[in-house]
Amino acid sequence: MARKVVITGLGATTPIGGDVPTMWRNALKGVSGAHTLDDEWVEKYQLPVRFAARVTNPASETLSRVEAKRMDPSTQFAVVAAREAWKDSGLEEIDHDRLAVAFATGIGGVWTLLDAWDTLREKGPRRVLPMTVPMLMPNGPAAAVSLDLGARAGAHTPVSACASGTEALHIGLELIRSGKADVVMAGGAEAAIHPLPMAAFAAMQALSKRNDDPEHASRPYDIDRDGFVMGEGAGALVLEAEEHALARGARIYGELAGTSVTADAYHITAPDPEGLGATRALKAALFDARAQAEDVVHVNAHATSTPVGDRPEYTALRAALGDHVDNVCVSATKSQTGHLLGASGAVESVLTVLAVYHRLAPVTINLENQDPEIPLDIVTGTPRELPEAQVMALNNSFGFGGHNAVVAIRSTGAKVEMA
Amino acid sequence: MASNEEILAGLAEIVNEETGLAPEAVELDKSFTDDLDIDSISMMTIVVNAEEKFDVKIPDEEVKNLKTVGDAVSFIAGAQA
Repeated sequence: MARKVVITGLGATTPIGGDVPTMWRNALKGVSGAHTLDDEWVEKYQLPVRFAARVTNPASETLSRVEAKRMDPSTQFAVVAAREAWKDSGLEEIDHDRLAVAFATGIGGVWTLLDAWDTLREKGPRRVLPMTVPMLMPNGPAAAVSLDLGARAGAHTPVSACASGTEALHIGLELIRSGKADVVMAGGAEAAIHPLPMAAFAAMQALSKRNDDPEHASRPYDIDRDGFVMGEGAGALVLEAEEHALARGARIYGELAGTSVTADAYHITAPDPEGLGATRALKAALFDARAQAEDVVHVNAHATSTPVGDRPEYTALRAALGDHVDNVCVSATKSQTGHLLGASGAVESVLTVLAVYHRLAPVTINLENQDPEIPLDIVTGTPRELPEAQVMALNNSFGFGGHNAVVAIRSTGAKVEMA
Repeated sequence: MASNEEILAGLAEIVNEETGLAPEAVELDKSFTDDLDIDSISMMTIVVNAEEKFDVKIPDEEVKNLKTVGDAVSFIAGAQA
């Protein structure tokens, strides 16, 4: 019997809240984190998309100036979220040789890389900062979190575009099950609200162009959806071997019951219209969790609000869950947070864990005319109460490159009322 | 041309910016590595910032000779002369 893995700490810095309690309150209320950008570069480069979902609280509120100077913004977000999750877990005296990190990013230190390129062109090689390489490397967030916590059982960086954050939980689960670690700080971070990625995602027609109404731009499942909204931030989860958590009397949010990762091998960016890779990922996550489709009560969908992306996910959910999909309530929280790319899977996993813990599914905003080809039961308006019995929820994440990652979260006790 | 006092004050500012150390802690007899706990990456950043601030060149091979704050002040003063 594989070791059970439970979740004992949560952290987040997002466009709808700088910490988990704030984010959760807003996710239940239904707020938009998307706003018009007032940066000079929007005008300077005449960007076709002029809004995004920025974190509500800059990392400078948590990190000292000197700490922040040595970190790319993506790493800053990672450290902020990981510190919150660590504190939340109540872990103190532990064997640091048994503590690992799995912290994802989709893009890595894009601000650092491009700032250094500007410096090189304007001032020459002598002025390129010596910290440039450690700041731009995609393993920067994982490495910084490892340093910050003294985690010595390995620091891993899954990079699978928008599936990265969820894949980090997959790696974390494997590390604990295989006995390589007892505790894993798993998460994802992204900071790509920079003119180049904004221009590049717009060039591929992936971003919403609703410049005159940013708050209503991220509208998964709506017939008038026209692309995703770029977000930023980080999410972090403390994964812990159940016996380790029980021995210290930890507060347990839920069980990371199963995970899976598959690849479409279909197209570099387009999702397989039949959702075959996503279907296999959903089935594999249930199998890994030793669960049946009927156990699932809630799904935090990938649902980015692109015209082509939302439908195949529905196809996959129906294929994997059968007619039971009609009994499952679905939240598309990117309607609120925007799309945090490599951090999205981690932030949405935090929301999924809280949904299971409190038996409450967060709301989907901006759904005015539901796409008739996606007849899912979407949670809108007010949060949905989940059954009081033992429940399971899924979080889906899919990424360019055909990456599919799914995690299954199972309740470990009775519903816990919100404080 | 900056005086030695001005160079020291300027260096202290650069060190503070890079490491957060109080400017008063940056004294002539202090060793960058042993007393101020400045690693090689921070040292290179400080050197490059000092080059810009004082309009001097500090060759890479010279940096290892700048063991104390006083060494750096003397080198910069000499390079400005």
